[in-house]
Amino acid sequence: MANLTLVQAINLALIQEMEQDDRVLVLGEDVGINGGVFRVTEGLHKRFGGHRVVDSPLAESGIIGTAVGLAMGGLRPVAEIQFEGFLGPAYDQICTHAARMRTRTRGGLTVPLTVRVPVGGGIHAPELHSDSPEAIYTHTPGLKVVMPSSPYDAKGLLVSAIRDPDPVIFFEPKRIYRAFREEVPEDEYTVPIGEARIVREGSEMTMVSWGASVIHCMNAIEASGRDIELIDLRTICPLDIDTVVTSVRKTARAVIVHEAPLTCGIGSELSARIMEHCFLDLESPVQRVAGFDVIMPYYKLELDYLPDADRIGKAIEETAAY
Amino acid sequence: MPISSVFETKIERISILDHDGSFDESLGKGLIPDQDAVALYRHMMLCRQFDEIAFKLQRSGRMGTYPENRGQEATSLGAAYVLEKSDWLVTCYRENAGLFWRGLPMEKILLHWMGDERGNQIDPDLHITPLAIPIGTQMLHAVGLAWADKYRGEKSISCTFFGDGATSEGDFHEAMNFAANLEIPTIFFCQNNGWAISVPTKLQCSAPTIAQRALAYGMRTIQVDGNDIFAVVKAVRDAADHARKTSQPSFIEATTYRLGDHTTADDARRYRDSDEVEKWNQQEPMIRLRKYLEQRDLWDESRQSEMLAKAEKVVAEVVKNAEEIEDPIQTDMFDSMYASIPENLKAQRRTMRTTSLGQDPSQLPTPNTARA
Repeated sequence: MANLTLVQAINLALIQEMEQDDRVLVLGEDVGINGGVFRVTEGLHKRFGGHRVVDSPLAESGIIGTAVGLAMGGLRPVAEIQFEGFLGPAYDQICTHAARMRTRTRGGLTVPLTVRVPVGGGIHAPELHSDSPEAIYTHTPGLKVVMPSSPYDAKGLLVSAIRDPDPVIFFEPKRIYRAFREEVPEDEYTVPIGEARIVREGSEMTMVSWGASVIHCMNAIEASGRDIELIDLRTICPLDIDTVVTSVRKTARAVIVHEAPLTCGIGSELSARIMEHCFLDLESPVQRVAGFDVIMPYYKLELDYLPDADRIGKAIEETAAY
Repeated sequence: MPISSVFETKIERISILDHDGSFDESLGKGLIPDQDAVALYRHMMLCRQFDEIAFKLQRSGRMGTYPENRGQEATSLGAAYVLEKSDWLVTCYRENAGLFWRGLPMEKILLHWMGDERGNQIDPDLHITPLAIPIGTQMLHAVGLAWADKYRGEKSISCTFFGDGATSEGDFHEAMNFAANLEIPTIFFCQNNGWAISVPTKLQCSAPTIAQRALAYGMRTIQVDGNDIFAVVKAVRDAADHARKTSQPSFIEATTYRLGDHTTADDARRYRDSDEVEKWNQQEPMIRLRKYLEQRDLWDESRQSEMLAKAEKVVAEVVKNAEEIEDPIQTDMFDSMYASIPENLKAQRRTMRTTSLGQDPSQLPTPNTARA
């Protein structure tokens, strides 16, 4: 066991998977000598060499497009896109090819690709370094979308993503890259893709969140003094709806919290699913605390955009009082 | 300091078998053995017959949109003839001749255009990617595929096909740049057929040749007469040798012409002159190859009609196979989405002909819950 940050946990997962599987290689902008702009790939180049840790040209579509070819060719590429705002140029290759190749060829060619992407706001970064586009990739059939909220889950989920036979978009909440440490086993373990985690049990209402927002939910719950069940989705696609439904049937109330814009965010889908599966159990409308339907503001206003313990606390009280 | 020249170059063009049948012995002797030249011509006849019948299938409502290949047979065929079966062919959608030469069953192409994904379910030993509908995106895959082989220490290479229009796409430039800088053995094979649907090549590229685009990436490049299968074979053989020896990419611009419409949904008379089409009709690849064979007593009218009868028979059988395949079952759309189907998708699969409430019968109204 070691006490690791989320960055260190991901770094450890990469090292261990590269050691146990020759097919795993890392490519992206600045991932080699420099160890990545967030130092997630620190030490990998020295350890595995330029053959397996590749500083690519500065072109996101090129990174994902060649990684699709590497994956179809039998390797297990782990591509890094430096910030979620730069997924845009790679969107075509992700959605036109990575997501479609298996079904297009009815299983003839497959794309076991992991795309690692730092995501979300809260670090005072420039424009296009703070967005939350997870819904876009969830709305693209054929992909899996993962977003851990803790070092332990980050390591276990990344190992699962690299070993997964299908493309996985692995979002890393950059706000909590170094926010706290957690005991992370050195030994091999996996956290399955598609399983949510009950962070805290409770009976009064259910709160569902993921990524960096989970910690704010926790703070709001503690401040409220109420007995609230908190679920961290961990995987956004495929959605572990059973865990959510079981909880809401027990508590009869639900609040969903996410950084991404409200409209057509994952909260919309969760809300619809809760309505479909828990209609007869609900005691209050499902509430959503989310980013606004605005362009993510520059950093002077970013904390006014992001859901915080105060906004979440208001949703808790309104839901409880309904 | 005086102004000096830091880089100078020229673009070479290979032409061996001219449209009037004249043949450059110095370049072409021994390039393609006689029996192979006959086999290549016979294959072109088969592909031309396939193309004609595919067109008619669309016109008679038996198949969806189809892009005619007519006039461009020499390009992909010349490449497939040269390359090894372990080399990847990463194609666009006008390369039937090369794909069939490699061994792709002809009904696969019909199935694709008949709206059936089983047309893309290709034997992995053929090293063929499915037809690529989005323009220019497949070149990056070719780089990745050759990279994977290089990573494992194998000698295989990839060859990717695309048109003049695709060289305007960003992915083309990214693929060229990746291959050159990372030393990936990919052959970039541009089929410059003069038109990207209705837009002429000069609106895609202001330079005198497309071949010179490769110079910007420090890549070996050449232009060939793409309707001359000897020139194509020489260019691809040189590029493949270079790729295997040095792990470097190459660029080939093959000038050719799309004799038909872009697809059956297009009418090329709206944007190009019949004089231009007529000129290229005289320069297409089969007329000159037939002249070459006849000059050497390798071909004659009786062999021509014998082969035509054979091609008609083969293609009729292919059409029969494609049309008689059993319909896909409805749930096929779910079954290849992931290696194993997630629970949410299983529920949709199970209830695809009911409502979302069918996915959770516990929420259906009962006497106790239904409103009066």
